[in-house]
Amino acid sequence: MRFEGYDTEGFFDEIFDAKGNPRPGADLLIERFNGLPESELQRRQKASEIALLNMGITFNVYNDDKQTEKIFPFDIVPRIVPANEWAVLERGLKQRIKALNCFIDDVYNEQKIIKDGIVPADLVMSADGFRKPCIGLKPPCGIWCHITGTDLVRAGDGEFYVLEDNLRCPSGVSYVLENRLIMKRTFPMVFDACSVQPVTDYPSRLLDMLQELAPFGVRAPMVVVWTPGIYNSAYFEHSFLAQQMGVPLVEGGDLVVHRGEVMMRTTKGLERVDVIYRRIDDDFMDPKAFRADSMLGVPGLMDVYRKGKVALANAPGTGVADDKAVYAYVPDIIKYYLGEDPIINNVPTYACWRDDDRKYVLENLDKLVVKAVNESGGYGMLIGPHSTAAERAEFAQRIKAKPRTYIAQPTLALSRVPVLVNDHFEGRHVDLRPYILNGKDGAYVLPGGLTRVALKRGSLVVNSSQGGGSKDTWVLNADGASAAALTDSKGGK
Amino acid sequence: MIMLSRVANAMYWLNRYIERAENVARFIDANYHMTLDIPDSASDQWQPLINTTGDNELFKELYGTANRENAIEFLAFERKNPNSIFSCVRAARENARSVREYISSEMWEQLNSFYLLMNDAAKEDSMDLPHQFFVNIMNSSHTFIGITDSTMNHGEGWHFGRLGRMLERADKTTRILDVKYFILLPSMDHIGSPYDSILWGALLRSASAFEMYRKQYGRINPHKIVEFLLLDSTFPRAVHYCIITAMISMHNITGSARGTFDNRAEQQLGKLLADLNFASLDDIFDQGLHEYLDGTQTSVNEIGSAVHDVFFNLHIEDDQAQVQKQSLA
Repeated sequence: MRFEGYDTEGFFDEIFDAKGNPRPGADLLIERFNGLPESELQRRQKASEIALLNMGITFNVYNDDKQTEKIFPFDIVPRIVPANEWAVLERGLKQRIKALNCFIDDVYNEQKIIKDGIVPADLVMSADGFRKPCIGLKPPCGIWCHITGTDLVRAGDGEFYVLEDNLRCPSGVSYVLENRLIMKRTFPMVFDACSVQPVTDYPSRLLDMLQELAPFGVRAPMVVVWTPGIYNSAYFEHSFLAQQMGVPLVEGGDLVVHRGEVMMRTTKGLERVDVIYRRIDDDFMDPKAFRADSMLGVPGLMDVYRKGKVALANAPGTGVADDKAVYAYVPDIIKYYLGEDPIINNVPTYACWRDDDRKYVLENLDKLVVKAVNESGGYGMLIGPHSTAAERAEFAQRIKAKPRTYIAQPTLALSRVPVLVNDHFEGRHVDLRPYILNGKDGAYVLPGGLTRVALKRGSLVVNSSQGGGSKDTWVLNADGASAAALTDSKGGK
Repeated sequence: MIMLSRVANAMYWLNRYIERAENVARFIDANYHMTLDIPDSASDQWQPLINTTGDNELFKELYGTANRENAIEFLAFERKNPNSIFSCVRAARENARSVREYISSEMWEQLNSFYLLMNDAAKEDSMDLPHQFFVNIMNSSHTFIGITDSTMNHGEGWHFGRLGRMLERADKTTRILDVKYFILLPSMDHIGSPYDSILWGALLRSASAFEMYRKQYGRINPHKIVEFLLLDSTFPRAVHYCIITAMISMHNITGSARGTFDNRAEQQLGKLLADLNFASLDDIFDQGLHEYLDGTQTSVNEIGSAVHDVFFNLHIEDDQAQVQKQSLA
């Protein structure tokens, strides 16, 4: 199978430029793929899917009672990010998380940014992720958001934009690691030739960072991963990360507050827990502090946390900064705390609570993507160009009724990557979710990330709950093979 | 190394379910082959098999009278039967999933493939080669035990797993012996009839004991069969062997010295072991075999609930008034 005849159809393609020539760093990959025997790619694609199924790398589907587990569809053509592009993204992501962390700390303490009139008070207080019990909290080292997965997209102009900040319990990093494992097994030679930056040390870095959070004076901290249980859609990831870090995976029922400390129930009695990497929403952590009807929570946990006797990653309340309304202010937030311009821009955003913006949005619904600020996973969205008049009318009503809850953005021509469709390649739209660890010595960006791909032809929705799949993301090394490829392609190969 | 009670519980049940699936597969397979040899009595050999599993009431409700087809369907695939092979493998996998980070990836992948095999078989309408299917299940169970032994630390979790497996196996061996012995007993009157050794041989095969018995005792003799399946200390499916092995694991878990105990579960297990250590066939038949088997089954059950109370349902004074219960959705 060959790439001959592959059509970028006028979209920005991550592998080929507008003339159909390989982009810098991608030529080696294309050469190797073109050199494989006929139907070899399909065979390896099939083998990788069977491997994923047998490894049980699946996610749970809630609305389907027959088959509750599905493999996350995987495509074997990797996405390639050259070193120079990655360097910019890395700086931009570090800048953004630093500023957002300052914002969260400020919002729950002095509220300077509100007093200085940069972000409206009611907007912050009415954010879905704002948690009153977090007011006055001082997490260790001033860090609220330890683990972040930021959604980036590349538009038709070839620039990257931040689409969404996921600051609560971002998932997907296990797929990054497993996709890499599958790719190294499937294409060892291609992988070796391309000089790709490794991602395998993520669990070690995560564990190091979590151990640093331990309360003062604890010598061998007990770190645990807290999962809502096997029916959670991201359960595989919770269990995978616990296994890779070599720490216990706990459920709410395993934990109990006993004499002012968080303990877990073991076969030999109670054992103290020092650091909790929680993969459960704020609302379900402690029925005494948050939702009283939560069956999953540990009563009294927040009291222990406030006294500094247990660490939580991420801290509760971080959701205030990934609210889609607050998102519109992130460029101002970066400028306010760091005095810098954003390195990666926001997607231009119209805030429906501003009169001018709302007017524009209502007049241009057919061109825009409208998002409810409190929804995620691709729900509660209107994609203007693909919508019916009735849908637009309904959204117009909703926007007028509750302007605070809607933002709108231009419909982006998301960049595309080739995927294997039966016996040929077709372009499909992708986004990119890199993962950032924010420890006391600064932030670390995992070189790679989850490339999610909308497998339906023409679709812009990449979410796994809506028919999306994933690809491995190869961030190339600055020197070695990729550099050679760079010069080669400049030589007009 | 610390071990969460929930994880210990899952290890224990994961192994019990695998063992249960293997035993049911062997019961069906042995029975199937026996009925092929003696076609005229075929129809009345399936109800006793259902009785062995203790689920005859559910069976009656779902199917009525037992025949080969519905008995195999019920014991192998019926989702409403919590002890069908399918249900057991599914439950084992659910438990494994909840401790996936604790067990080795090799264990998980093997068990997951086992489940997928079961799932595919359950979707098929007819079974052309039942023997191969049941052999696959037994092999999968043996493979799982082998992978577990060679890829996982023989620490506390491994011992909880083996404890569960041994208690399950002891229970199943007493059941098959109890049910079959009394069906086969009348045939003792015509020892030497052509079917005699076939019937008793099937009982041994139900416990994978035929070859090992032959090596030790040669001739088929009902009393010797009871002695072998109950009191042998080296045959891995004999009740005595199971309880010896369970005791070793128990001591490894608690750290108690041999002959001592630290909690009620260990105490009860020790009592049962002492009884089997010093039991003789004459005493057992004086007391009545059925009574003896019944008593042994009760002891094994009580040990099971004591294990739950001591290790899995840790009772502590909570800071909060109510103790949170794990939701088992």
